[in-house]
Amino acid sequence: MPQNPDKIVDHVDLFKQPEYTELFKNKHEQFEGAHSAEEVERVSEWTKGWDYREKNFAREALTVNPAKGCQPVGAMFAALGFEGTLPFVQGSQGCVAYFRTHLSRHYKEPCSAVSSSMTEDAAVFGGLNNMIEGMSVAYTLYKPKMIAVCTTCMAEVIGDDLGAFITNAKNAGSIPQDFPVPFAHTPSFVGSHITGYDNMMKGILSNLSEGKKKDKTNGKINFIPGFDTYVGNNRELKRMLGLMDIDYTILSDTSDYFDSPNNGEYEMYPGGTKLEDAAEACNAEATVALQAYTTPKTREYIKTKWNQETKVSRPFGVKGTDEFLMTLSELTGKPIPQELEIERGRLVDAMTDSYAWIHGKKFAIYGEPDLIISVVSFLLELGAEPVHILCHNGDEVFKKELQAILDESPFGKQATIWLGKDLWHFRSLLFTEPVDFFVGNSYGKYLWRDTKIPMVRIGYPIFDRHHLHRYSTIGYQGGINLLNWVVNTILDEMDRNTNIIGVTDISFDLIR
Amino acid sequence: MTPPENKNLIEEHKELIKDVLQAYPEKSRKKREKHLNVHEEGKSDCGVKSNIKSVPGVMTARGCAYAGSKGVVWGPIKDMVHISHGPVGCGYWSWSGRRNYYVGKTGVDSFGTMHFTSDFQERDIVFGGDKKLAKIIQEIEELFPLNRGISVQSECPIGLIGDDIEAVAKKAAKEINKPVVPVRCEGFRGVSQSLGHHIANDAIRDHMFPRFDKAKKENTLTIEPGPYDVALIGDYNIGGDAWASRMLLEEMGLRVVAQWSGDGTVNELVNGLAAKLVLIHCYRSMNYICRALEEAYGMPWMEFNFFGPTKIAASLREIAAKFDSKIQENAEKVIAKYTPIMNAVVEKYRPRLEGNTVMLYVGGLRPRHVVPAFEDLGIKVIGTGYEFAHNDDYKRTTHYIDNATIIYDDVTAYEFEEFVKAKKPSLVASGIKEKYVFQKMGLPFRQMHSWDYSGPYHGYDGFAIFARDMDIALNSPTWGLIDAPWNKKEAKAKVA
Repeated sequence: MPQNPDKIVDHVDLFKQPEYTELFKNKHEQFEGAHSAEEVERVSEWTKGWDYREKNFAREALTVNPAKGCQPVGAMFAALGFEGTLPFVQGSQGCVAYFRTHLSRHYKEPCSAVSSSMTEDAAVFGGLNNMIEGMSVAYTLYKPKMIAVCTTCMAEVIGDDLGAFITNAKNAGSIPQDFPVPFAHTPSFVGSHITGYDNMMKGILSNLSEGKKKDKTNGKINFIPGFDTYVGNNRELKRMLGLMDIDYTILSDTSDYFDSPNNGEYEMYPGGTKLEDAAEACNAEATVALQAYTTPKTREYIKTKWNQETKVSRPFGVKGTDEFLMTLSELTGKPIPQELEIERGRLVDAMTDSYAWIHGKKFAIYGEPDLIISVVSFLLELGAEPVHILCHNGDEVFKKELQAILDESPFGKQATIWLGKDLWHFRSLLFTEPVDFFVGNSYGKYLWRDTKIPMVRIGYPIFDRHHLHRYSTIGYQGGINLLNWVVNTILDEMDRNTNIIGVTDISFDLIR
Repeated sequence: MTPPENKNLIEEHKELIKDVLQAYPEKSRKKREKHLNVHEEGKSDCGVKSNIKSVPGVMTARGCAYAGSKGVVWGPIKDMVHISHGPVGCGYWSWSGRRNYYVGKTGVDSFGTMHFTSDFQERDIVFGGDKKLAKIIQEIEELFPLNRGISVQSECPIGLIGDDIEAVAKKAAKEINKPVVPVRCEGFRGVSQSLGHHIANDAIRDHMFPRFDKAKKENTLTIEPGPYDVALIGDYNIGGDAWASRMLLEEMGLRVVAQWSGDGTVNELVNGLAAKLVLIHCYRSMNYICRALEEAYGMPWMEFNFFGPTKIAASLREIAAKFDSKIQENAEKVIAKYTPIMNAVVEKYRPRLEGNTVMLYVGGLRPRHVVPAFEDLGIKVIGTGYEFAHNDDYKRTTHYIDNATIIYDDVTAYEFEEFVKAKKPSLVASGIKEKYVFQKMGLPFRQMHSWDYSGPYHGYDGFAIFARDMDIALNSPTWGLIDAPWNKKEAKAKVA
């Protein structure tokens, strides 16, 4: 049937119409040179089994559906958390279009960054001229307070020297001599996006704090959120610090940048860590990183150059938040306020309300190393049992830390940690050893489709659900959000499994 | 095309361009001013330079050759495995980004929404990635045996480190007895996606034409050629576009033997060469292959436009004119069948949309092709521009636009924002990187690359959806909530 103007249907229903299913059938049979349905079915079944799993895990060279990106995105993300900062990517321009697109699709917010648009001639002669002109244009046009430079793999392969280039650009008058231009080399063939975060964070802190070190501390505590894509988290952090009356600096605060109000005016640089606060960070009492694997070089730098104590503490779940607050109390001598204790009690109360649906449930998870540790720790507190833990960009240090957490819990005994594996490996794991639910980002939806295993969306990117990134996942309140997503995914699935009238709806309970 | 009442509009717009350009350093201003102009009735092109390197540091919306080849041309071929050859990022950030719809079992006989990569590490850069590539092809064969071929989509490092992917591909193609197509679409090549399209087209020519020649010679073509065979090309089936177009072509009695490349297959890449006529929707990204087909086989090709009832009817008649009276009569029947429905759509939506204005900034064909669809709804295009057009695109654009339309080639974020602020269109229609910027300004916005996750927009079925979506965008009550009541003028007066 052609469209009915009173009930226009788009792709979701249009292609279910008989004239389209007929069109698909004819195209398939007459023109596609397709394999027989039986052959497709046979191979499809084969991909679900142990034989396939073994062949799949024997891969040495091919990566299919990775669970990691490349460095410059992490670098851009770190840079965007500073006031008035424009990321400048030295290299090919297409990368920047991808980076901006990816972040915009996740946050549904603008994302500004420029490129030096290097092409063949720059490949031959190097990108110095592109840097000189690019700096001058970006500075004049977009009036940033800081330009943070990172690289694409093109610039890395040809060996552009950022430090020297920036000096040259300043000498050429592109930007004032005293204008802050921190930089980080971010080759995409080393590490992943979290490596880029670390490199850029170190670059920015070392640039801004140059010559600022004083003899005595300013009494503040620095916090580094890491590659954390939940805008609710920095707000939650600030709220908790406010309750504890702690003077702090968040180093790279992207929460306002990626969650600006719609008031009819476009603001190019909303929010962010004030540059002078970041510069003063070298005089703080201590630095607390909320993630370990996005900050190793940065923490090393802070320890050795600023001579400052650093700690890693992930305020996830009950114990994680307990430890975090106790760490803060220890560092500042300030007590943990009653209000936070009440909130703790609320989270525990929520967990005792829902635990029965989660206890003993087997789950699988993939994502960035710190996120995995945080979420697994929380789910262990509920008695859920991790089975497959896959971290494409995790290292042996991470594996050791996570294994210790698993060993501590009676619920962590069945888990296997897979490093350097991708989502096609994960698919084999889910098919051969099914679980009750799995945790992942939007790319996991293909696995949900293939395996029918319920999926809880936690991580980055989340493209296909709205506003999940606005919530907090840290602290006691964040714990309630995580719990909500997990338990209600399980309950939704239970309803889906009990909704056939007269057949399975025996268990279609009103009260759960 | 109606000339605007305001004769001074052209001058006014020229002034605006001049003002906006003031923000640049002089050297870059000189480069950018060649890309901005105001259309004057009767001129043979839009008077802008195009297909030139972007100015460093400007925030261009452009992509790269890899985006043009893997992202646009090759990626949608569903039964091939496309290797993003190089580091992990390019394929990861672009994974499933273009909504090229297809029918198939993903991971088994179709691979469209998957990301295959060689995930280059430092050692691959240092020692070269050719051995790894050969191994990858073997592994693909073992794990995805139903693939009909493999393409190697080069990322920046490949060309820089001197890998010989052609040699690897040639050897592998023999071993697996399937096409293995090396594509030199490194991101640093050319000035935009455009060279990637060209390189991808050339790869089709070099690797698929010989397969057709061989099949023809050995009489192993899988179709019996007929008088009404057409190939539908330059449609990437975003949101199902190509299917809505194919529907109409089939309804008028034509046989669509190939779709390039949305929902496309290797078989169709070969069969397409047996068509009597090539119908191209996106001229920019596939005109190269048309010229190659013309040169090699004397095959005729024509552009068409399936956006909006006015252009669809005209295109159906132009296509039919290439065939006999039977097809021509059928075309009239198709037009007659859908016209009342389209009239009803227009009757419903035009009163709600008439008098609105839109500024466009898109990619290959839409900056001109969608203008009549907006006009069918009473929406006037007051500015348009292309990310990666060539001069022939701007020549073709003149037939579509009104006097005094502002033209911006490879517009920078700064320019686009300034033009929009000055002209205050009712709607901005561009891409994801622009969307939230303009929405923050309180302006309705529709993505015209991905149809904002809706679609199809092609064909008669698509136009109904397009009309519905423009109504949703322009008449959403949310835009009226932006000003807080206590900040409104009357309220301020009361408070004072």
